[in-house]
Amino acid sequence: MKLNFELNGRKLEREIAPDETLLHLLRACGMHSVRGGCDTSNCGVCTVWVDDRPVLSCGYLAARVEGRRVTTLEGARAEAGELMNCLAAEGADQCGYCSPGFIMCALAMFRELGDPSDEEMRRYLAGNLCRCTGYESQMRALAKCAEGRRSK
Amino acid sequence: MTREELKVVNQARAKTDALAIMGGAPVYTGDLVPDGALIVKLKRSPHAFARVKNVDVSQALAVPGVVCALGWRDVPRHRHSFAGASYPGNNPFDRVILDEYARYVGDPVAIVAAETEAAAEKALRLIRVEYEVLEPVLDFEAAEAGPSVVHPEDDYVYQMDIGGDLAHNVLMSERDEGGDFEAVYASCPVRLDETWYTQAAQQSMMETFRTFSYYDHAGRLTLVSSTQITFHARRLVAMALGLPQSKVRVIKPRVGGGFGAKQSMVTEVYAAVVTYLTGRPAYIQFTRRESSACANTRHAFRVRVRLGATEDGIVRTLWVDSLENAGAYGEHAANVVGLSGHKTLPLYGKTEAWRYTGKVVYTNTTPGGAYRGFGATQGCFAVENTVNKLAERLGIDPCELRLRNLPEVGKPMPAYYDEPLTSCSLDRCIATGRRMIGWDEKYASAPFSRQVGPHRFRGLGMAITMQGSGISNIDNCTVTIRLDDGGFYTLSIGASDIGTGCDTILAQMAAEVLECDVDRIIVSGVDTSYSPYDKGSYASSTTYVTGNATVMAARELLSKMRAVAAERLGVKAEDVEFDGMNFSCGEKRLTLTELGVESVNGHAEWLTASASFAGHTSPPPFVAGFAEVEVDTETGAVKVLDLVGVVDCGTVVNRALARVQAEGGFLQGMGMALIEDVRTLPSGRLATDSFMQYKIPSRLEAPGVRIAFEESWEPTGPFGAKSIGEVVINTPSPAIISAIRNAVGADIHSLPATAEKVYMALQTARDGNN
Repeated sequence: MKLNFELNGRKLEREIAPDETLLHLLRACGMHSVRGGCDTSNCGVCTVWVDDRPVLSCGYLAARVEGRRVTTLEGARAEAGELMNCLAAEGADQCGYCSPGFIMCALAMFRELGDPSDEEMRRYLAGNLCRCTGYESQMRALAKCAEGRRSK
Repeated sequence: MTREELKVVNQARAKTDALAIMGGAPVYTGDLVPDGALIVKLKRSPHAFARVKNVDVSQALAVPGVVCALGWRDVPRHRHSFAGASYPGNNPFDRVILDEYARYVGDPVAIVAAETEAAAEKALRLIRVEYEVLEPVLDFEAAEAGPSVVHPEDDYVYQMDIGGDLAHNVLMSERDEGGDFEAVYASCPVRLDETWYTQAAQQSMMETFRTFSYYDHAGRLTLVSSTQITFHARRLVAMALGLPQSKVRVIKPRVGGGFGAKQSMVTEVYAAVVTYLTGRPAYIQFTRRESSACANTRHAFRVRVRLGATEDGIVRTLWVDSLENAGAYGEHAANVVGLSGHKTLPLYGKTEAWRYTGKVVYTNTTPGGAYRGFGATQGCFAVENTVNKLAERLGIDPCELRLRNLPEVGKPMPAYYDEPLTSCSLDRCIATGRRMIGWDEKYASAPFSRQVGPHRFRGLGMAITMQGSGISNIDNCTVTIRLDDGGFYTLSIGASDIGTGCDTILAQMAAEVLECDVDRIIVSGVDTSYSPYDKGSYASSTTYVTGNATVMAARELLSKMRAVAAERLGVKAEDVEFDGMNFSCGEKRLTLTELGVESVNGHAEWLTASASFAGHTSPPPFVAGFAEVEVDTETGAVKVLDLVGVVDCGTVVNRALARVQAEGGFLQGMGMALIEDVRTLPSGRLATDSFMQYKIPSRLEAPGVRIAFEESWEPTGPFGAKSIGEVVINTPSPAIISAIRNAVGADIHSLPATAEKVYMALQTARDGNN
């Protein structure tokens, strides 16, 4: 079936299978930041935005983005820059595999909650699993990033 | 050199690949698959044990797009192991690519390759397999009595005698001891005999197993794989296919975590055999379910500890007796078991006699493999809990009891292959952790002492541990460093950075020697064609073993550069000053870039240095770990309020990365203690085979792990460093389980301590008291 959607500001028309996941489609479009982790929508690694809201692309049918805007980290690099620098400074990337999904969810969180507390951040990001870091370095990076945003 | 003089080492530095891996650069295996690669999928056994009588692939081959469908009669049959370990070693060659026997639910029985994923999946459904279902061996404690022989094949190969008895499913058995255990134990006024169980926890790295293969320009079967063991994989794939090693090449790109899981081959041979038979590029990527149930896990253990002590808490003797479940295949099994003794017993430095006995059995369950801690974790859980029970029995503070028994620097450690202890700050680790968690203010030895609600009680627990730094006299790591003509350096390594940051910390070490910052050093690896040999990233070895090689090579390069610069300047080498950018002597000056340019012009020597390192010893890093928990006696639910780790890894090479390693290891340890439940159905099928069933800690459960470092100076280490990768996972499980006992007296002997288990233990304790 034919699909028309917007990917990172570009209008695209693609031929997709009715049961194709958004994860599969985005990787086929060359979006390497979009990675699969669990296949069951439990780990958050595949997080992207549809109309600026975070979704888990491994459990989201590609057909659902007809006429909608999809954003991956490739399309949010400017907004992600400060958080990525904070994460790198803390060493909070480690293997890096879960980082893009985490970053996309964290940026959505900042947009939605403005200046969240630690508790609010942990709740918002609870679905973004990371096996390497134990999360504390990510939380420190988020706190520094939030501080930077406040002082602007 | 002292730590205070260090400029690059001992600092926090961002990982050199941070922005690429976080930003979505195409750098992982799955990003690099060539167009047109066949999609490889595996048909798996639904039976825990069966003979595969026939594999009918005729209907599968008729599916449009299917290129090959292979049963066990269709693939090369050469004995090999999946275990990445130095060769020769004690991993038996108990695998062939596909076998006549399926030995666990999920064991591959057929391989298909197709142009599309859909075609491959359709083909899998159309393969007809005829099984003779056999009685599986599911209970590892009863495996010696059958009911079946898991490895009945007559071409099974032991590399060396390791005390196996395959007719009774015994893969190996061993015994090591010093002194007369029986005599000392009998003479002790205080004796404990406790048995503990650890589960087959899953490594759960976020990137599942994956490999693609193709023939390169030189006709070599080339694998790009998410692996920790680039060079071992080359040897093992060659072995599995019956090829000379010169015809196989393995490349490791960025890897999305491993924790030991990728110290075994998992997907490599399946892609390789398809390319070998079809000539086409091929790609295999495991689903999460396959990664969980059909790869490898931590080995489940039963550990019996017998401990004899004096009334004032001096541990006079210890016997660690371990039974390990290898699962269906023996990857690393024979090495893992030994660490349960050799990396626990040396912590008790006053023992007059010690004994370690180990036995490993095959069963028809998911194979075990390497998982961070590698037996030391299992042993630590058993020994540290037993020592805490000794403290409880004697009414001695567990911290005090540890301090009375610490090994002494300068003395040999009999249970650690007689290696001398060359650095240890465990006493400071205990003191610091004790202060951080508020031990002296909070600790009460009797359960139910610290009530904080109608049915909520708090408790404290602690544990100490050690690991190694590489495998002494076996692990060999080589690095090559060169000055490039642009005045920068290329550091070629065979060590496999899997997210641990070894590319960065090795660059820091080279930069320290070469008086520059890490951005002047490009780290390159790993490709077996171009990289120097390194046994791979495991056994907590990269910082220490590859690190030593890096320092040696960088020093040699510096001395070569100095000599050539002196010649150009017409002065003596010892008179040349080097500030990282300029060689100078008085007014005379030669820049690094000028030296680089000159080294590739005319009759010059391109400046390169290589060094290999293999340690004569494996200096242990140490950790003291502390936990505070709150237990709800109505539900059995345990909440970790605080988790504190104090680490002696010698010099901390990278302050940011070491801290994150420790924090991550502690949370994995907490998951093992409380959350990561492994359940198997009566059929032998693993029920906990996805993140829906197998829960790993999320940031809601994370208690805010707090890490501190008490640096020692390891004289044999690079800039005084030892390892950190594994040691950080060991203490949370004994500390947390002991804290539960301290809080409410529930005596949990198996992991994880689920709410149900704690609740039932409380009922048992209550019934016992009535």
